[in-house]
Amino acid sequence: MRRYSWLVPTLYILFLMLPIYWLLNMSFKTTNEILGSFTLWPQEFTLENYRVIFTDPTWYNGYINSLIYVTLNTVLSVAVALPAAYAFSRYRFLGDKHLFFWLLTNRMAPPAVFALPFFQLYSAVGLFDTHLAVALAHTLFNIPLAVWILEGFMSGVPKELDETAYVDGHSFWSFFLKIFVPTIAAGIGVAAFFCFMFSWVELLLAKTLTAVEAKPIAATMTRTASTSGYELGLLAAAGSLTIVPGAFVIYFVRNYIAKGFALGRV
Amino acid sequence: MNNKTINHAAWIFVLPVVALVAFNAIIPLMTVVNYSVQETFGDNTFFWAGVIWFEEVLHSTRFHDALLRQLTFTFTILAIEVPLGVAIALAMPRKGPWVSVCLVTMALPLLIPWNVVGAMWNIFALPDIGLLGRGLNVLGFDYNFTRQPGDAWFTLIVMDVWHWTSLVVLLAYAGLVSIPDAYYQAAKIDGAGSFAIFRFIQLPKLKRVLTIAVLLRFMDSFMIYTEPFVLTGGGPGNSTTLLSIDLVKIALGQFDLGPAAAMSLIYFLIILLLSWIFYTLMMRSEAQ
Repeated sequence: MRRYSWLVPTLYILFLMLPIYWLLNMSFKTTNEILGSFTLWPQEFTLENYRVIFTDPTWYNGYINSLIYVTLNTVLSVAVALPAAYAFSRYRFLGDKHLFFWLLTNRMAPPAVFALPFFQLYSAVGLFDTHLAVALAHTLFNIPLAVWILEGFMSGVPKELDETAYVDGHSFWSFFLKIFVPTIAAGIGVAAFFCFMFSWVELLLAKTLTAVEAKPIAATMTRTASTSGYELGLLAAAGSLTIVPGAFVIYFVRNYIAKGFALGRV
Repeated sequence: MNNKTINHAAWIFVLPVVALVAFNAIIPLMTVVNYSVQETFGDNTFFWAGVIWFEEVLHSTRFHDALLRQLTFTFTILAIEVPLGVAIALAMPRKGPWVSVCLVTMALPLLIPWNVVGAMWNIFALPDIGLLGRGLNVLGFDYNFTRQPGDAWFTLIVMDVWHWTSLVVLLAYAGLVSIPDAYYQAAKIDGAGSFAIFRFIQLPKLKRVLTIAVLLRFMDSFMIYTEPFVLTGGGPGNSTTLLSIDLVKIALGQFDLGPAAAMSLIYFLIILLLSWIFYTLMMRSEAQ
């Protein structure tokens, strides 16, 4: 039994890679080849689709816009979540448990419910079609997530660390920034990764809150698909490129992914 | 968790979080509540309408059908992804270079934007140019997910299994690795078989991570919008119109604000109620 157990993960990974392979395969084909014949690998290998994306501003601006609001969101979420997570992990205060659950409920709010009111709210405050609007909107689910993850990591740090620092004469902020933050650097990295990830994969809110100036790459893809009559090769190339940032950062957090998903509680 | 000091001034630390989340959660929620009790004739004047929209939604077969489809979808993927994820985690290597390879490749689907997941599966499953669609037809199946509701459901579920099973795998794996070697050695001395090891050592340890996995998968699958929307657009007909898709159709497509708002609130309440049950179970198992 045990001898053949490697087959299970191997088959699973194969299953995971098949659709990705197909997307990559399409992205290197010409439109003619995609529509004209069924080929398992590109017969007329072409980089034309990628060239279009890297030279046409309506395409590459999509990536830039996405990266800007994702970064903004990550910085904002982690910065405000840090002190909050510290409070939850070290102190008991009025309504702390209810507050913690209330934060989690925002992780449960379906984006579809909030799409229209978000559009009205951000139009009313004059932020519609800005990167800041999307970054702020995504804090709805990313702040609760960051607080949970950081709280999990902070609870693993013994309280004696805090007490020793105060005895040594550190003020609160000097202790927090110079000792505590470096101690939980791994946790901050993981929280940042998760904020990055959930902001990167979300589309409904990002699309609702933008029109031209801050349009995310994912929205550019859907619009191009409907207007220019399915340029599948181009679409596949754009899709393949959206996998790159994730594939790049995932290596650094591979051992902490589960802890992040478990909201810091494994 | 136990030796916390009582300090009400800690509220200052949580204030920025509360302010930001409240801005994003409470104002829009109040907008929804507002719409849900008013009637408009389209000229931006609103009238008090009481609970008619709630009654309308609760009695409409359209909502019942969407809710039924949503529940079918959520429980089907839970029934597949949780056991499958545990089985894969059990078979994964515990040491060596393959661990990293497994973790990184398995996590990859989780980081792909949701509309790309939908588009990728659309291309993969198309009966004329997709590997899956073409392959199934060559093998003699009459498969066409854009025409046949059964095929659309099959594709939708396989796509979700592809997208999210890794989450269960990663969590279950983390739970398994946290079991000290001494437990296995003790089991060996007692002569326990592999089923006994699973039942009495691994499963109890997995209970907590699996509660989290079920909670997350439940919440996320209940809110799913982008992937099925890109894959099938809710069709053929209404066969794959899940709750979110139906809601967006009503709110942004038909601009029926009252019914859409009432439906939003009912929808949110269902998720809250079910998640609260899971959350309580999770906290209880943690307290033990």
